Amino acid sequence: MTRQMTGAEMVIQAFIDQGVDTIFGYPGGAVLPIYDEIFQQDKINHILVRHEQGAGHAAEGYARSTGKPGVVLVTSGPGATNMVTALTDALMDSIPLVCITGQVPTHLIGTDGFQECDTVGITRPCTKHNWLVQKIEDLPKILHEAFRIATTGRPGPVVVDIPKNIQFQTGTYVNHKDQAQTQYKPRVKGDDTAIREAVALMAAAKKPVLYTGGGVVNAGPAASRLLREFVKLSGFPITSTLMGLGAYPASGPNWLGMLGMHGTYEANLAMHDCDVMVCIGARFDDRITGRIDAFSPNSKKIHIDIDPSSINKNVRADIPIVGDVAYVLEDMIKVWKQTQPVQDKAALNAWWQQIAVWKAKKCLAYRKHSDVIMPQYAIERLYQLTKGHDTYITTEVGQHQMWAAQYFGFEEPNRWMTSGGLGTMGYGLPAALGVQIAHPDALVIDIAGDASVQMNIQEMATAIQYEAPIKVFILNNQYMGMVRQWQQLLHGNRLSHSYTEAMPDFVKLAEAYGGVGIKAERPDELDDAINEMIAVKRPVIFDCRVANLANCFPMIPSGKAHNEMLLGDASDDEIDTAIGASGKMLV
Amino acid sequence: MMIVAGQSQSAYFLEETSTVAETHTLSVLVDNEPGVLARVIGLFSGRGYNIESLTVSEVEHEKHLSRITIVTTGTPQVITQIMNQLGRLVPVHRVVNLTKSGDSIERELALVKVAGKGEHRVEALRLAQAFEAKTVDATLESFVFELTGTPADIDRFVNLMTECGLVEVARTGLAALARGKTGM
Ligand SMILES: Cc1ncc(C[n+]2csc(CCOP(=O)(O)OP(=O)(O)O)c2C)c(N)n1
Repeated sequence: MTRQMTGAEMVIQAFIDQGVDTIFGYPGGAVLPIYDEIFQQDKINHILVRHEQGAGHAAEGYARSTGKPGVVLVTSGPGATNMVTALTDALMDSIPLVCITGQVPTHLIGTDGFQECDTVGITRPCTKHNWLVQKIEDLPKILHEAFRIATTGRPGPVVVDIPKNIQFQTGTYVNHKDQAQTQYKPRVKGDDTAIREAVALMAAAKKPVLYTGGGVVNAGPAASRLLREFVKLSGFPITSTLMGLGAYPASGPNWLGMLGMHGTYEANLAMHDCDVMVCIGARFDDRITGRIDAFSPNSKKIHIDIDPSSINKNVRADIPIVGDVAYVLEDMIKVWKQTQPVQDKAALNAWWQQIAVWKAKKCLAYRKHSDVIMPQYAIERLYQLTKGHDTYITTEVGQHQMWAAQYFGFEEPNRWMTSGGLGTMGYGLPAALGVQIAHPDALVIDIAGDASVQMNIQEMATAIQYEAPIKVFILNNQYMGMVRQWQQLLHGNRLSHSYTEAMPDFVKLAEAYGGVGIKAERPDELDDAINEMIAVKRPVIFDCRVANLANCFPMIPSGKAHNEMLLGDASDDEIDTAIGASGKMLV
Repeated sequence: MMIVAGQSQSAYFLEETSTVAETHTLSVLVDNEPGVLARVIGLFSGRGYNIESLTVSEVEHEKHLSRITIVTTGTPQVITQIMNQLGRLVPVHRVVNLTKSGDSIERELALVKVAGKGEHRVEALRLAQAFEAKTVDATLESFVFELTGTPADIDRFVNLMTECGLVEVARTGLAALARGKTGM
């Protein structure tokens, strides 16, 4: 289809042609022509946020829960700079975002014009790619290429910066959907020889472990299905990073729980002691490996990733396979079925017995109290009481995030949105909004901390406006709990600025926004309160008062190896000396 | 198939890990579009890689292609990582490691200004002739020499010129191509 239209119309037309139904945005001078087009159409639903960062995280939540790209529209200058955190977050966690920013007219670029900033310069390191549109003729190609680049290969955020005069200019619009405009073409199919090699190595394994990550979720529902099939076929134990939770069900027989700094004892020890490690769509981040020179010292490593630069970046792979996880898993399953390998059953049995011994440690056990709600207990109850529902969970960043990952069981992919790579406090509430907009009838819960939730609390107003009944479940410990925990571990328990002296009344705050406030202070009132929250079909802030000084365990202290974990029953002495001088240098 | 411990059977058998820093010359073919150099340089500064020399110029006008030649140092693992990171940039078409792929020709051009009288002046001119440098400017008290050669040739020439009244030097950075009949 070829038509004459203005730049502003092209933006909307390209959205329509790309199948976009919802965008998140905030108006301003440099995007008014586009807002004028939005006003005159009804195909695209625009969600007016209260802060551009909120638009970014909402779009991330939308994207991660639907598998579609999230779309954002913001103005020049402060609109663009407010997006930087969300763009960086999306880059770190490989979330497809298309962000349109307005820019001052081309003749004013470089003059320090009002609300001018070097958007492409500022966002270059925090996008997969970005463009400053300089001619109306380029706009249709750039818009469609932006979607292609954001959504294919390793997904990520892109920015299209459009000067205001170009939004007004008229040009020829062509629908370039799925037509490559650049030579960018990610490799999706894994190398055949490497795949055969990998299957042979796995088939001979005595102590194998599958280590999966967000790449499995990003590769779409087929990848999770294939992963489950492969686990069944091989019988291997499986663990996952924070980002990959749900790709394999938490109730599955081969599940070891999450690995890494706050991962389970069994997952981390299996990683440490295995002889064959199969990393699928994960990237050996420092939160996973701990001390790198002590990381899984005796294993052969197979690494499947769509991004060649992830391979051999932190940990050397013996068999690297560049490709889309779904394609590679499909081929692996084929080769496994063809070759019908004879596994070393005795060795595998011994391995599972060893795992059972580690599991028996019950690393997630904690002491319950009858008068104070333990944060772990709150998550356990939340999980149990929401089980029959169509539930999506987002989180903020801190202890509550780790407890959510540890105590909430995820059965399906795309149900768990959390800021993993960047660790952005303030992510969860707007992300929940984005999820709820995409799934209006679902139960969407932001598991929050009292500090984090205040970073984008303004999006409560957006939730009210769009009748998005998100549930903000705050584990309120009065502290920046994770900071306090580190100060206890690393800095002689000197709690410098980690206590929140002036905490808002969250119940009244909810009411001030027009939502519902619920508070629970004692374990015996928790279930009723949670059930009330679930029943309310309006936005809720739930102030769950929990034990103030609880620590999040297990924990691999910075600078330590996987087999040097701190467990929940660790004595206080052990905690004070857990981290050596070099570990203190790490974050 | 039997997998022997400690011995990968992979066709992708990797180089042994070494912690010794090496100097490599990378040739990068990119779309000649605004900001492409900033992307490359930003990648190096952002990830803490070294740039010892960097040259860029359009090489195919119709296709809007530029060639960037980068000299960098790092362990083999870091060099591979640099190449992979460059490969991730959307405008990058190809990345070739000229140092690893075998024989290559490396050339640099320098303009070298010397000033002096008497014996110094005579010596400067003699050395310039020995290095086959061209004299591209002369006054009664100065010369500007143009020299093309490997970076090491130029280093040597410039070092000698410091004894002969060296005023200043401008160098282009490296241009490099693989030997033989095929392109990158
Ligand atoms: C934007 C941002 N600023 C600072 C931090 C550092 N940080 C990590 S966790 C944390 C405390 C979070 O406290 P809270 O939200 O109350 O959660 P809790 O740990 O108590 O569960 C802080 C300040 C961060 N991750 N993000």
